[in-house]
Amino acid sequence: MVELVDETPRTKSLVLDLPDWQGHRAGQHVDVRLTAEDGYQAERSYSIASSPEDAQLVLTVERLDDGEVSPYLVDVLRPGDELELRGPIGGYFVWEESLGGPLLLVAGGSGVVPFRAMLRHRLASGSDVAVRLLYSSRSLDQVIYRKELEEAGTAEGIEVDLTLTREWPEDWKGHRGRIDAQLLEQVGWSPADRPQIYSCGPTPLVESVADSLVAAGHDQRRIRLERFGPTGT
Amino acid sequence: MEALDGNAIAGGMLEVFGSEMTDVRARCRFCGDTSYLAELRVYMRAPGAVGRCQRCMNVVLVMTSIRGTARVDASGLEMPG
Repeated sequence: MVELVDETPRTKSLVLDLPDWQGHRAGQHVDVRLTAEDGYQAERSYSIASSPEDAQLVLTVERLDDGEVSPYLVDVLRPGDELELRGPIGGYFVWEESLGGPLLLVAGGSGVVPFRAMLRHRLASGSDVAVRLLYSSRSLDQVIYRKELEEAGTAEGIEVDLTLTREWPEDWKGHRGRIDAQLLEQVGWSPADRPQIYSCGPTPLVESVADSLVAAGHDQRRIRLERFGPTGT
Repeated sequence: MEALDGNAIAGGMLEVFGSEMTDVRARCRFCGDTSYLAELRVYMRAPGAVGRCQRCMNVVLVMTSIRGTARVDASGLEMPG
């Protein structure tokens, strides 16, 4: 690991220098394995936050208080330390320029990580695919990549919508409350646009998003989900 | 307990099968539903991971990891040749 970047109070990005890295596709993850002195091993999956075009691999890790792996990665690991990882992994929850669009990306919490890779890939590849990202966080200080997402949202063809579910500043101009059918209809695409849809986040959010979109007439076969929880990413 | 999905066991499946499996479509032997392995409902807190068919919720795949080596019993699925 060559650099540690503070993203939110609970989240850090690990910048990795991997001389033998074979490259990856936006949306893929890696498995990180920790081995204790007594041989006990714990392994968790983390989405790749960097695009295939980026020079270094970036993982963004949310610290789970009762986690076995994330507290070590966020609090203990220091630049210069080595990590054992396996990857890239995943062939389903990936997007690349050739898959086309338009794209609807719906994230909850650290479910935004693979979408940073997709947005960066969209920008770096010179693609003109239209992208709409809807991202739900508890509060403004929990929004990961806030500045980068705001900047991405000013690019032609990219729209970024944030919603805050627990607390928001008085002058907050974004959305308030959980992602529901109404908000999806407001910021998403019409089924007639035949968007490619990706949703990543905690299981209840991802399943409710998928149910709402199917009920609104979107083709289930164009919806890809990645659920995570305390035992996964 | 909340289910994850086949993405959560992609690394173990890659280790056992030797190739990326989440974008492979397989048929449930119980209900006949064909879906991507990424779409399995996966329960991680059992001793090992349990994968259930997204439609009928029967157990179609069990993955265990013993001393760092993953093993998969996918006898509930018909994999493509």
